[in-house]
Formats: sequence, structure tokens, C-alpha cells
Amino acid sequence: MADFYVTIGLEVHCQLLTRTKMFCQCGTDYIGKAPNTLVCPVCMGIPGSLPVLNEKALELAIKTALAFRCEILPQVVFHRKNYFYPDLPKGYQISQYNFPVGVNGFVEFFTQGTKKRVRIKRVHVEEDAGKLIHEGLGLPPNSSGVDFNRCGIPLVEIVTEPDIHSPEEARDYLVMLRSMVRYIGASDGNMEEGSLRCDANVSVSPSPLELGTKVEVKNMNSFRSVFRALHYEIERQKRVLLEGGMVIQETRHWDEREGMTVSARGKEEAEDYRYFPDPDLLPVAIKPEDVEEIEKTLPELPLERRERFMTEYELTESEAGILTQEKDIADFFEACLREFRKPRLVCNWMLTEVLKNLNELNIDIMQSKITPGSLVELIKMVDKKEISGTIAKDILEEMFVSGGKVKEIMARKGISFITSEKELERIAREAIEKNPQSVADYLSGKEKALHFLIGQVMKMTRGQADPETVKSLLLKELSSGE
Amino acid sequence: MAIDLFQFREFRIRDYHALLRRGEISVEELLEAFLQRIGSVDGQIRAFLSLNEEGARIRAQKLDRDIPPDEFPPLWGIPVGVKDNICTEGLPTTCGSRILYNFIAPYDATVVEKLKRAGAIIVGKTNMDEFAMGSSTENSAFGPTRNPFDLRRVPGGSSGGSAAALASLETPLALGSDTGGSVRQPASFCGVVGLRPTYGRVSRYGLVSFASSLDQVGPMARNVEDCITLFEVISGSDGKDSTCAPYPPFSRQDIPKEEEIRKMKVGIPREYFSSGVDEAIVRRIEEVLDLLRREGLECVEVSLPHTDCALEAYYIVAPAEASSNLARYDGVLYGLREEGSTLQEMYCRTRTAGFGKEVKRRIILGTYSLSSGYYDDYYLKGMKVRTLVRKDFEEALQKCHFLVTPVSPCFPFFLGERTQSPYEMYLADVFTIPSAMAGIPGISINCGYENGLPIGLQILGGPFREGWVFGLALFLEKMLSLSSPFPLLPERS
Repeated sequence: MADFYVTIGLEVHCQLLTRTKMFCQCGTDYIGKAPNTLVCPVCMGIPGSLPVLNEKALELAIKTALAFRCEILPQVVFHRKNYFYPDLPKGYQISQYNFPVGVNGFVEFFTQGTKKRVRIKRVHVEEDAGKLIHEGLGLPPNSSGVDFNRCGIPLVEIVTEPDIHSPEEARDYLVMLRSMVRYIGASDGNMEEGSLRCDANVSVSPSPLELGTKVEVKNMNSFRSVFRALHYEIERQKRVLLEGGMVIQETRHWDEREGMTVSARGKEEAEDYRYFPDPDLLPVAIKPEDVEEIEKTLPELPLERRERFMTEYELTESEAGILTQEKDIADFFEACLREFRKPRLVCNWMLTEVLKNLNELNIDIMQSKITPGSLVELIKMVDKKEISGTIAKDILEEMFVSGGKVKEIMARKGISFITSEKELERIAREAIEKNPQSVADYLSGKEKALHFLIGQVMKMTRGQADPETVKSLLLKELSSGE
Repeated sequence: MAIDLFQFREFRIRDYHALLRRGEISVEELLEAFLQRIGSVDGQIRAFLSLNEEGARIRAQKLDRDIPPDEFPPLWGIPVGVKDNICTEGLPTTCGSRILYNFIAPYDATVVEKLKRAGAIIVGKTNMDEFAMGSSTENSAFGPTRNPFDLRRVPGGSSGGSAAALASLETPLALGSDTGGSVRQPASFCGVVGLRPTYGRVSRYGLVSFASSLDQVGPMARNVEDCITLFEVISGSDGKDSTCAPYPPFSRQDIPKEEEIRKMKVGIPREYFSSGVDEAIVRRIEEVLDLLRREGLECVEVSLPHTDCALEAYYIVAPAEASSNLARYDGVLYGLREEGSTLQEMYCRTRTAGFGKEVKRRIILGTYSLSSGYYDDYYLKGMKVRTLVRKDFEEALQKCHFLVTPVSPCFPFFLGERTQSPYEMYLADVFTIPSAMAGIPGISINCGYENGLPIGLQILGGPFREGWVFGLALFLEKMLSLSSPFPLLPERS
């Protein structure tokens, strides 16, 4: 079978975390709000109303462009993108065209074990549209409503060059993008809630020297669906080519349920958006000193931090990757290290127990009650064998939910310290004395009997002993008793 | 008391205020006099699209109850007619279009807020060419307004309703809007005063957009002094309009004294006295220029070489912006909706039924010139010509303080005379469009009559030089000692 060369370009929209909309004073916290409660004449496109730029939106867009290593243009211009749709109350979207915020950037990330660079074509800022509602809210049948709460929320659009060559790369790029916009506080990057949206241009070619026909894939609502949709679309195009057909340049919608892309009909004609500079808004000069100020606010970005973690703390690429994906996790990790400089140990606890608890509770680390101090306290106690690993995990769970220091939780739960191995030896001997039958069974070769004895010790210590230690103590006693 | 409106013929706001201050009339009585006048003559003139009688009476009564401060707010108790493309909370704002026949503005335009704060009473909304596209008010979806000087003739446009209402003393003050001459040309046709301010001098927030880079709200009055007062009230920066200049409101302190005016230099652009202009108009303007010379002002000939292309460029740039600005009238949120079986059909039917011929013409024109492949040849080129036009004025105004020109090349024409020929209609704005493209201020004042029809004189100044423009206008008004218009209208039977 012939080799095919896959080329993918991604266009990602992220809602910017501004308090108010891009061109009016309406709030942006629209999730869960009743329709059309966060609206005003400006974002509803009422005749006579005029836009006034929210400078915070521009600042966050510049910050995003800087994070993606773009050149910042000295002047940004807002253009009108003209088209008719009910969710677009002015009949045009205020967007950017030939003078976007930033151009010619790049981003690097790890994918399948190697570092990859994707060039960024442009970063621009624009306003979001409203949302059509097709059912509920007392709508009569066969009718739709429009909710304008979302309309006018600032979006940053990040467009790649066609540098991505597999669904895996696309996914890893998106993971990095999401991580970055969250690091810099530009967006919460929540794809399921629609604050991050991704469209893809996909083409497949039998030759590495020329690009195939480009197909735009839309309507992917999660990282997983981007991955699946790209996979599907690549296979579809390959099949078309293998069967001697031609790929048609078109827009296709991803159908999550059917697991396939479907041609969006009625869009055969290329739309002409008739871009022109919005005469209601003046071009904005971007001063180099303002860009410098914004640049100063950029935190260490995920990739740099990952690489630093690898060298400074001797973590593997994958460990460092997981720890640095979310800024709060990475900050938490480093806060722990400031109090207890054992990166390997803290890393293990973070990657297993801490992330597990966060996942189970489905919260962010900032939402949990745990503090770096209390985690370190716990790890130290285990390290000194003052408590067993099992007990520590129980205590940790409690820390996530109700917070508090290790000793407080132990007092609350009635857990005491196993301070010495002497004490444990005594309990182990007691277990052996009380269960002669099991001892006999074990000595006659029944391994299971040992587990019973371990269970007995654990019971007697109310689970506070470390099973491994108990096992070795029992073995020692049993062999000495022979 | 019964008020004889004839005595108001030469009144200025200060005269009304003197009556009010002396308690000779109440605000309510003043309002009633104008409402009565509207009632008796507007059936023929049709300057108003809607009246705010109830709201105005309530407001007048409130103003009468409020103890007026020692110093009256500048427009205390003064009725104002507002062009129907300026949003007035709770009142219809139709823009003279069927597509907004039922639209009630949910908010006040910044200029309307300022009027109200200054004590004015919004008496009603005045007729206009649909979306301010036209020069005769014949493009109103609700029928034309007639010229009070001759009911067979047009009042000019697009602010024809405001101009006619002033001329017939249905209101002492009015707001218009000027995109390519829509304040000055009707002011000229109706013998009243109308200022197009420097672009950015008055907030556009709440002025329904036709061509955003050209639209300006303009004050209109029966005399220059009232026009100045109204301009002082409505001008100044506005945080709601990014294109509004960050300057404080205009102040009459900036108007040069008469003796300073006499020392100033008048530019006469030769292109504005070409063969296309009615001879009687040229003659009258030249008489006025002679008078100025006699009064000691130096008059110099200047040239604005791109005058011809300005009109052409305007008809590229303005429709392009309009095609986008008028996209929002789609039947979804407000205004007319004609149902269809698909979304596309609903859009088509709504816009087909809602817009008039001239508006459709300009939407198509503008859509075309913004289309990919044509953008560079049309829109971009139009913008380049615009820069040349601006430079013409910059250069000319370095040689003089202001320019004096006719407002219109012709007298008010008959209704229907030019409706079949859009280009003829467009020519009516040939002397007002270039300065609009340049963004500079211009005023139209009456300078005489020929066969009972008024002749308008235009004074143009540099950006933010309204003070000089007003200075010369006041000087001329005094020298010409023309009385404010009071065309005698046949009483309604």
C-alpha cells in the first residue's frame, strides 16, 4: 500500500478571561445564566450602538501571542467579517484580518518521545457569537431561539501553519496549547464547556512534495473527538484516493455519535466575508514598552518548566510532563520541594496519590484543602516509618476533603503512631502465639497462611502497620521459631 | 394665555428664556404653542414622523414644577425635533424605513441624553430619507416632507423633516445628521441654519449608522446663535463612541469677535463656482463675497482639485460601510420580519420588503465594492481619493481661515423631479460631500431668496475650527440682516 503524507493545520479559539465583554460592559460569566440576561444594546447589535474596545482583551491576546513567540505588530486593526446568521446580531463579526495581534510564532512540545516545533501563523482577537437554542425554554415546535449571553465575549484565535502530521501530534499540540493559555491566565481552556474550540484543516497526499486537497473539519467538542475526527478523516481521504477518487475541498462536521465526519452541505461556494476595517473602531498603536510590560508578566511556560524539572530534579520526561502540565500542580510540587528537598519522593506522591485523589474528587488542586506543608509533613512521617503507607493514604484522602495537619487528622480518626519496630515485633509474636494452626500450615508450605497472619497483625494494629514491614517481621519470627 | 406664534419669528432661545424667566408664559404654554403650530401645518408639510405629545407635556409640567435655577440650563423648556435616526428611549426610531416601522429605541443616544440634561423637550421625530440616503426626503418609506416655501418642492434631505419643521416654526431647534450633506443641503433648501461638525466632535452613540466614518449629528436652528447653543450642548467627548474626539464640549468663547473676523481671510474655491451651478445662486454668493470685501475681509481664490472625484469616491466608501451597517436588519431581533420556510428565505423576504429602492441600490453597490477581487479597485481606491480630498482642504485652508461656497448647485426641486435619476439626485450634494469626506466642519446659512426660494451659503473650516465658522456665520447673519424664515402657509381647512 502506498504511503500517504498527512498534513494538518489547527485553528483554535479560546475565550479570554476578561471580566467584561470585548466591546461593552456586560459580564462574561455566562455559564448557567438564563438566556439573554448578560446583554446590552452593544452586544445585541441594537441600531445606533457602538463598540468600545476592552483593553484587557487586547492585553490578554498580546500575552497569548507572546507566549506563542509571535512578533507583535505595531498597529492592530479590527476588521468586520460580514455574514448573515441569527447568532450574529450585527450581521458582521468584529475580528482581525491583515493586522492581527501577532504573526510568525512557534510552539514546542513533546510528542511521542521527541520535541516538536509547530509554527504559528497568527494570533488574533475577535468577538464570540451568540448561541442558537433549538429546544426547551418554552420554544414553540420547529423554532429556534438565540441566546446572546455569549455574544461579544473576547476570543483569541491561534492558527498554526500546516506543520502537524498525525492525530497524535494534533492532540499533543492541543494539550500544550491548553496548558499554555491556562499558565498565562488568558483562558480556562475548557473544551467541553466551549471556552476552547478547535477546527482542523486536513489533507492527505501520496507525495511529500505536494499538499493534498484541504478539508476543514469542525464541530469537535473534546480533545478525544479531535483525535478521533482527525483519525477518521485521514482514513476517509486515504480511502478516497486509493479508490482512485478525488478529495473535495469542503467543510465537514464531526458526528461524535456516529464517529464520522459528514459533509456540511450548502457551503460549496466559498464564502466572501468582505473584510474591511471597522470604521467604528480606530486602529490601536501597540507601543514597544507596553509589549515589554506584558512580556514581564509571562510566567515560566510549561515546556521550559518541564525541561528544568528534568535537569534540576532528575525527573523523567514523562514525570516532568505530567507535573508541569498544570501550573498549579507544578507550583504545588515546587512548594513541597522548598520544605523537603527530595524530588523523587515528592514526585512519586504527586503522580500517584495526589493526582488520584484530585481525579476522584474531580477538582483542581487549588480547590482542594491540601497544602504543600501538610503533604510534606505526611511524606516525612512515612519516610521516617512513623506511619505506614496505607495509613498515610487514608490521611491524605482526609486532607483533600477537610484539610488540616497530619496530627490533627490522626487525632480525629483515632490513629496512633507505630513508633518502633519493637512494638511491632511484640504484636507479630503475639499473632504467632495466638494462631498455632496457621503457623503449622505455613511451615508445612501453605503460603496463604502467612497472609492470614499478616492480616491478623494489621487487625491488631488497626491497619496502622506497614504490611511489608509486618511481613518481614513475621518471616523473621517464624524462621527464628523453627 | 394664547400665544401668537408670529411673535416668535425672530426669537432666539434667550428670548424664550426671558419670557419664561419673567413668568409671562410657562414651559407648558410654550410647548402647547408649538404643538398647536404642528397641528395646524404639519398635515401639509409632514415634517414629523411621530410626535411625543404626551411625553413632552409631562416633561413640560415637570419643568414648570421644578424651580428653575438662577441660571437656566441652556435648553430649559425648549422644544427640539429629533431626526428619526437618532435613538430616543421609548419613542419610535424608524430611520424612515419600513424595516424599522415598529422599532422603539430602548435607550437614548448620547446627544439625546445631553439634550435632556440641558432641559430640552423632545417634541417628536422628524422625517428623513430612508437611513439618511437621499437629498430630498422623498426616500422616506412614510411619504415625503414638503418644502414650507413651496409645497410642490422638496425640503432637501436627508434631514428634510428637521429643516422643514424649523422653517415652518413647528420647532425652534432640531437635530439632523450629515453623512454627505444631509444637514447642510436641507438647511439651505429651507432657509435655516445647519452645522455639520468636525468628524468626532459629536458622539455618534445612538445615531443609527449609515456610513460610520462620515456620519455626524448636526445642530439645526432658525438662527446662528441658537445653532451655537445647541452645538455647545451636544458636542464633546463620549466614552461610548471610540471615534469621538477626547475634547470638552464646544464653547462660544472660541468664537472670534467681529473685529477679529474682519481681519480674517476668506478662501473661494473656484471649483465650486463652475458651470453646473445655478446662475442666480452664483450671483448671490458673489454679492455676499463683495459685501465681505467691503467690510475689510480679504478674499482669495483657492483650488480644491479633487472636488470631482470626491463625489465618486463618496459613492464607493459610503455604500460600502452602509452595506455592512445595514446587515443587522435581518428580521431576527427587531423590526420587520417576513416569514419564510427557510432562514435564507426569511432574510430575503424581510429585506426585500423592508428596504426601499435607494437603500437596496446602495447595499448592492457597497457589497460589490467590498467583494474580494474588487476591494482594491474600489473600496481601497475610494479611501485613497479620500486622502487626496482631505489634503486639498488642508492646503487650501493654509491660505485662508475659511472657505465660502454655495451649499447646493440648485434650488429646491419639485417632488418627483429627480427620483428617476439617481445621479441627478447625487449631484445635489456635490458641494457638501468633499468636506464630509475630509471630516471638516461646515455650516449652511441663508443668504437670500430668489423667486421666494432660499439660497444657502456654506462656510467650511479646518478640523475643530467651528469657532471660526460660527464667527463668520454670525457676522454674515448680522450684515445681511435677513429675517428668519416664516413662510406663510395656507391654513388647514
